[in-house]
Amino acid sequence: MKYFSLVWAALWRRKARTLFTLFSVLTAFLLFGMLDAVRTVFNAGDQLSSGRMIVSSKLSITQALPISLLNSIQHVPGVKQVGWANWFGGYYQHPTPFFPNFAVSSNYLGLFRGRYELPPAQARAFADTRDGAVVGAALARQFHWTLGQRVPLIAGIFPRTDGGNDWNFQIVGIFTTKNAKLKAVEQQFLFHWKYFDEGNAYMKNMVGWYVVNLDDPAHANRVAQAIDALSQNSDHETKTQTEQAFQASFAKQIGDIGLIAGGIMAAVFFTLLLLTGNTMAQAVRERIPELAVLKTLGFQDRTVLALVLAESVLLIVLGGVLGMALAMLLTPMVSAASGGALPLPPLGLHSWLLALGLMLLIGLLVGALPALRGMRLKIVDALAGR
Amino acid sequence: MNTANATGGNLIEIRDLAKAYTRGKQRVPVLQGVNLDVAAGDFFALMGPSGSGKTTLLNLIGGLDTPSAGSIVIGGQRVDRLGGAALARWRAAHVGFVFQFYNLLPMLSAQKNVELPLLLTKLSAAERRKRAAIALQLVGLADRAGHKPSELSGGQQQRVAIARAFVTDPTLLVCDEPTGDLDRAAAEEVLGLLQRLNRAHGKTIVMVTHDPRAAEHATHMVHLDKGELVGAARVAQPA
Repeated sequence: MKYFSLVWAALWRRKARTLFTLFSVLTAFLLFGMLDAVRTVFNAGDQLSSGRMIVSSKLSITQALPISLLNSIQHVPGVKQVGWANWFGGYYQHPTPFFPNFAVSSNYLGLFRGRYELPPAQARAFADTRDGAVVGAALARQFHWTLGQRVPLIAGIFPRTDGGNDWNFQIVGIFTTKNAKLKAVEQQFLFHWKYFDEGNAYMKNMVGWYVVNLDDPAHANRVAQAIDALSQNSDHETKTQTEQAFQASFAKQIGDIGLIAGGIMAAVFFTLLLLTGNTMAQAVRERIPELAVLKTLGFQDRTVLALVLAESVLLIVLGGVLGMALAMLLTPMVSAASGGALPLPPLGLHSWLLALGLMLLIGLLVGALPALRGMRLKIVDALAGR
Repeated sequence: MNTANATGGNLIEIRDLAKAYTRGKQRVPVLQGVNLDVAAGDFFALMGPSGSGKTTLLNLIGGLDTPSAGSIVIGGQRVDRLGGAALARWRAAHVGFVFQFYNLLPMLSAQKNVELPLLLTKLSAAERRKRAAIALQLVGLADRAGHKPSELSGGQQQRVAIARAFVTDPTLLVCDEPTGDLDRAAAEEVLGLLQRLNRAHGKTIVMVTHDPRAAEHATHMVHLDKGELVGAARVAQPA
């Protein structure tokens, strides 16, 4: 600690250069914080997927499966509960803003313990109302919907049997979620699959996917194989996978978010390495006579090495912590501005630890060459300007 | 050449000292067959033309470089046999350095520059501050403690450098052209200060200088030419 003032003073030797470099580091870690939050959202299924599997068409998740499979799936050993859902693809008044809307089985909300928080009276109302719908709190706020209000959705894919595209629903419940990482569910619009199945002119007795709760997560592989065997060699072969894998493949319809985020981060950090590496090299090159003076006074080679490395790490950590702190401030604002469509979770301990690890690694990498140069310099040559 | 002070024990004993540098494939001898004794409490001026090897000899005495041959004993320690960390520790404990161009760290205040060598000791921060303040007071710059080098004149910067050199109470001060970058008045101030450190505080000083008037402040004068000691004299001091 007694060398801190020396390191701090060296860092601010050229204020403008240090400020610009700090700003670059800050921007890189701000991006890291925001992208890590996005990545967390897209991987959120991981958090609650233990013991839950999704059965969808092997061909494509846009292919429907027959409801007749339900009975067979229910009888597979290891299966505790089965529900189902179908993508509806409707919109309210205008195609944008988009929100996910599904036709679901009557037991659907109960399959996801802890995910949907719905008051019991509203849950009963949903069960009793044929055209009832339950909506997420964020969605209700966005469109100013209230309980009891009748809401028409325009079908994008499924016209009604009478040829119309207007589907009328009554809002009977507004659900929330306590899990910050799953705030996206508060954008959902859910209604009865039975109402959908009876009313649509496009397909009958078909579902988009089944949701299967297991009696023991350890049986996941065996149960998945048994379920997929039910429809082997039929025209509706299934693919049973964990909820996380299903959500990942769903998200990959947009693009591999993890890969995109990782690619952006890699590019940003590579640029940061070059930029700060150059800055540190220049800073040390300018200070060779000063480092020689320190050595003259009796500072040892390894102390000079440590001083330069500490300066480099301090620069990155300072900028990085500021960037992450700014990301912490901005994520709730971005979430709020998106109206719940991009519910970024607060930066967690994992993100901070990962960022701090990256800061230390980048700081050491960036400082390594200049520090070695400082350590190896010959006092007599350096003082003589050779 | 033996220039030992007859009245005291030798602090520095140099025997058959040689130093050569390799430039490309060529070996360039800089010093050869140098023998020199400096008694504790002496103020030695090393004089000679450019390229005579004065600074090289000073660097060897200060432990900044190692000789090609011969021995250097300072305070009973074979300095020529020390290397790396041991040599750095020896410098920190026994030698104070003053350079022609002051070599202060520009981003630190005068006070912090003087404290620098004390960072290598086990003194507390408060004690370091106190000692640096006393050293600055001794060189007459107590009121400039918070100023950075760029806010001080050349003479003031050199006085800060001298305070930095003696703040650890070293046995030996080595000064390389300490007045080379100063006007006459500032040079006299610096030389007077060195003389005071020598006379009042008993510091042994070895100073390289071109300037005969600067050398007159020393107690002894030796001349180097083409890497060899060619003359030594005791300087007559005013009463």
